[in-house]
Amino acid sequence: MSVDHEAWFDEAAGPLVRPYAVTGGRTKSDTIGLDLITLVVALREHADHLEPESLQLLRVCQQPISVVEAAAQVDLPLQVVKVLLSDLITQNLMIHRSAVQVTDAPSQHVLQAVLDGIRKL
Amino acid sequence: MASGNSERLASAVKIVVAGGFGVGKTTMVGSVSEVPPLRTEELITEASAGVDDLSGVEAKHTTTVALDFGRITINPELILYLFGTPGQNRFWFMWDELARGALGAVVLADTRRLDSCFPAVDFFERRGLPFVVAVNCFDDAYHYTDDEVRGALDLDPHVPLLLCDARDRESTKTVLVTLMGHVMAQARMAGAH
Repeated sequence: MSVDHEAWFDEAAGPLVRPYAVTGGRTKSDTIGLDLITLVVALREHADHLEPESLQLLRVCQQPISVVEAAAQVDLPLQVVKVLLSDLITQNLMIHRSAVQVTDAPSQHVLQAVLDGIRKL
Repeated sequence: MASGNSERLASAVKIVVAGGFGVGKTTMVGSVSEVPPLRTEELITEASAGVDDLSGVEAKHTTTVALDFGRITINPELILYLFGTPGQNRFWFMWDELARGALGAVVLADTRRLDSCFPAVDFFERRGLPFVVAVNCFDDAYHYTDDEVRGALDLDPHVPLLLCDARDRESTKTVLVTLMGHVMAQARMAGAH
């Protein structure tokens, strides 16, 4: 095997290849429809059958956290994190709550709360 | 769409900060975020050679789209996220996800390169997402009147336009307060209840 081919397995390839291998090549998580700011929280700290990436997600999600923050913390691509998180949710190892009224206009109550919150900063 | 057993979780809302590359989006997010701006990355593989051909691996470019964001805890039940859009226009697909469900947007403009925020203005106008235009006052920027900037951007008269210093927390707060006032006025006009 040439040196060039070995380069595929080094650090440069790892972060790209490994996570997509863990998801079985899936990049869609339509079963749950996780958004960037869907909040998730782990119900368990550990599960024996999980891959390291999923275990890492369980650890960073011990407190409620958004999907995008979880992705930043485990340093994996967003698409991969969404797939792994939806698997964890499907297995009842995690729960989620979607963004406020993604489809409808947000209520004046929510808008007022945001306005008040920004003023108080 | 809250799942049945998730009542113990708070809810989240988001505001998008858009504008051209290097205009100060991440600076603005960082000026009010309770955590240093976080970054998540999406890997985009731009294949320029056959994917199955291992010898072509070197010719495949993996582009990283960085997404910078900050967080403000509004109250125990509500978290506000601020997202900076990727600066490069070819990552429009990320804008869709960012804008979906957003309360509103800030278009950050630099008068030295006003044209760099045209795409953002167009995008939010087409989507009907309420936005304000904040002109980041760089020290060596040319100074224009509001009307000149409005004219150059062809802004609707109802779209708020204000000057700001993206580094300054109070200034960014003023921009966000202006945006929220605009969002609420638009929602009232639309007869939201």
